[in-house]
Amino acid sequence: MQFGLTEEQEMIVSTVRSFVETEIYPHEADVERTGEVPPELAEAIKAKTIELGFYACNFPESIGGAGLSHLDFALVERELGRGSMALTHFFGRPQNILMACEGEQIERYLLPAVRGERMDALAMTEPDAGSDVRGMKCAARRDGGDWVVNGSKHFISGAEHADFVIVFIATGEEDTPKGPKKKITTFLVDRGTPGFTIREGYRSVSHRGYKNMILEFDDCRLPDAQVLGPVDGGFAVMNEWLYATRITVATMSVGRARRCFDMGLAYAAERKQFGQQIGKFQGVSFQLADMITEIDAADWLTLAAAWRLDQGLPANREIASAKLYASEMLARVTDATLQIYGGMGLMDDFPIERFWRDARVERIWDGTSEIQRHIISRDLLRPLGA
Amino acid sequence: MKVLVPVKRVIDYNVKVRVKADNTGVDLANVKMSMNPFDEIAVEEAIRLKEAGTATEIVAVSIGVKDATKVLHTALAMGADRAILVEATDDQENDIEPLAVAKILAKVVEEEQPGLVLLGKQAIDNDCNATGQMLAAVLGWAQATFASNVEITPEGATVIREVDGGLQTIKIKTPAIVTVDLRLNEPRYASLPNIMKAKKKPFETKTPSDYGVDVAPRLEVVKVVEPSSRQAGVKVGSVAELVEKLKNEAGVI
Repeated sequence: MQFGLTEEQEMIVSTVRSFVETEIYPHEADVERTGEVPPELAEAIKAKTIELGFYACNFPESIGGAGLSHLDFALVERELGRGSMALTHFFGRPQNILMACEGEQIERYLLPAVRGERMDALAMTEPDAGSDVRGMKCAARRDGGDWVVNGSKHFISGAEHADFVIVFIATGEEDTPKGPKKKITTFLVDRGTPGFTIREGYRSVSHRGYKNMILEFDDCRLPDAQVLGPVDGGFAVMNEWLYATRITVATMSVGRARRCFDMGLAYAAERKQFGQQIGKFQGVSFQLADMITEIDAADWLTLAAAWRLDQGLPANREIASAKLYASEMLARVTDATLQIYGGMGLMDDFPIERFWRDARVERIWDGTSEIQRHIISRDLLRPLGA
Repeated sequence: MKVLVPVKRVIDYNVKVRVKADNTGVDLANVKMSMNPFDEIAVEEAIRLKEAGTATEIVAVSIGVKDATKVLHTALAMGADRAILVEATDDQENDIEPLAVAKILAKVVEEEQPGLVLLGKQAIDNDCNATGQMLAAVLGWAQATFASNVEITPEGATVIREVDGGLQTIKIKTPAIVTVDLRLNEPRYASLPNIMKAKKKPFETKTPSDYGVDVAPRLEVVKVVEPSSRQAGVKVGSVAELVEKLKNEAGVI
């Protein structure tokens, strides 16, 4: 067993960290204030990422990625997690589900996404289908040789800048022991396809500037060439690839927690009340001890889950544990840091209030804490017949 | 033209340095170490010279503990072609003095025959600001220190130096030693492909005895202390009071 990073990993971490500190941090306050990322800034971040060979570094070398292992990629995303998601979005990491592309789709979607020429987004959630994915109403029916799609999706992160969207759509129903359930198919939908609209969503307290968009399908006609993976095979495609988004949430939570913690630690060593640094009060110092313990625990849990993937070991439960624990840890760490800052923590002069707000969504998106607990407990109990 | 870039492993510039309780030095235990930032600027300048077609090969060299390997790998990841580590001590508390470093570098220069040696104007740990100058003296080469601009010309190099109150432009003949200042350039990030290639680039390990140089210290550190903390200021109620205090208390007017 070996817990240290290799020299390459250390260099990856230090490069990405200085990138985030130099290219992302200085723009965060503006993005937070306006809720927008200026297009020229987005392009600049993207161009620098491509130049550094980090764009789509989660993809295999054979198709132009950097071929990073799951563990290496987790380290990259952990450092990215320190920065504003609205901005680090352009440190492009296309959805690995694009590896399911076949035939012409490789040239049209996979390769341009890896090269940074076309950006993607992933759409699953609907107003009436959150955790209950198979309750989705957005549906496609056969018409001639094509599919005709009607319905909508919401909370679609990244769709604002997407050239195409990977959309999960119901393509019929099947009978299961638990009653009828939707069959799901994955589609690749280009921006500008007739009958397909991408519009602004809601104003969220978390991750301003990283907009949640609404997708609308109004008799949107899609040929078979737009189907990703097998027809009615969407659930399998989801299960095969979507683990990655949960590791992303876990790693980014760890990165952001460390940034927040460092500020809390420094403040505790500086701020004086009752004639001494507040870090000398046990109420604060023990809080800091608990915070770093939880951050380290979440860090190791997450890296170990990524390592399991690299070893080809089952990792579904471990990934769920990492997502669950890291996102809940982030909530506690940001809340505790805010408490150390006192009233000033709530003011937007410091980024603490932003970390605190941003932390809230991590327990909800990419599978709520409840869904993660469901995955973990089913993994434990199902083999026992319970 | 070959460019030699000496790089030093120093305490990271972000670390809040703490003086050891016995006043013998600063605490290096479990502290992040990195490449001296001025040396990073030297590496960047060498890479730019190579990209411009002026330099043909960049050799990075470091003298110190084995762990300086990491600093050399960083130089290789940025774009240096090969590296030489001179393992001069196994104790990181033992800071090899500028004269010994200059003597070793002079031997490396003899072997490598670079047209230019680019290095930081000083290391941020001991702030000696001496190695470049000593190296020039040992070799009998031209030197240009505190460079904020370096231009290679057919005759040698034109270097703009940052001096007190302005800039000085000088012409030097190559081979030469150039020590670089903060405003020369902004070092690049190591690219991911270069990070992955860094450890595959040629890497030699030597010892001072390979060069016949004695690295025993000539200087004795008597005491290391924290800078005295700044006294709090006072607020004055009026201009008259300020003038009165400047006159009678500070005695400056």
